[in-house]
Amino acid sequence: MSEELIFRFNVDGDDFTSAGQASVQVKKNLRQLGIDAETIRRVSVAMYEGEINMVIHAGGGVAEVRVTDEYIEIVLDDHGPGIKNIEEAMKAGFSTAPDTIRSLGFGAGMGLPNMKRYTDEMHITSTVGVGTKIVMRVNI
Amino acid sequence: MKISTMRDLLDAKVLCCEDKLGNHVYSAFGCDLMSDVLAFVDNQAVLLSGLVNPQVIRTAVMMDMNCIVFVRSKVPTAEMLELAKESGIVVLCTDKTMYNSCGILYSNGLTGEREAKK
Repeated sequence: MSEELIFRFNVDGDDFTSAGQASVQVKKNLRQLGIDAETIRRVSVAMYEGEINMVIHAGGGVAEVRVTDEYIEIVLDDHGPGIKNIEEAMKAGFSTAPDTIRSLGFGAGMGLPNMKRYTDEMHITSTVGVGTKIVMRVNI
Repeated sequence: MKISTMRDLLDAKVLCCEDKLGNHVYSAFGCDLMSDVLAFVDNQAVLLSGLVNPQVIRTAVMMDMNCIVFVRSKVPTAEMLELAKESGIVVLCTDKTMYNSCGILYSNGLTGEREAKK
């Protein structure tokens, strides 16, 4: 692959049941590119958790996946409430999700730790009242 | 363990992808918390869950799981079955509880996932 490929998705924040559609599509696209299964899984799980977070906390946003020869980069950008304390949010089990989301199988404070676990690099920038941007890379 | 063997042991109905009953699963994970599934599961595992929403199917897709067993008589929606079909995931449905289902499979040789990844 000489040129990088970019996939861009608008993540709908209104419907929890549709959350994850972009990640499923990315998984399909990466398979078609012949990327190895373990890399695909790491990228799609990290993106899926991020997508779920965007729907739960931020009313949706934009997800972009860049595929280069060396790495796959996932950028998640939202205009939600922002994260007050990133260090605290990164702790396994820390959650501000409502009980309704917990009853749907998420919101147990594993999202951000899972995203970190499955990626080689992860950077969060967030401003309260403005939004959050998460950049993750998985090396190929 | 063959998926068809699981079906027999759990006295389960097959709701989707009957043509793949000959496939094997090598480990199992029972959970209603999808983020834990995403944290702990490895390849070719079966997911046992009592949670019914499309995220259960998408979680299994993300983890390359090839079978989901809905326990406690929980019935997935048509939309969920369509998602499972698209990804070739066999969907079983049993009246047994989570505890009993896991116990039956475990005692017949299908062990659990490895310990939590650090």
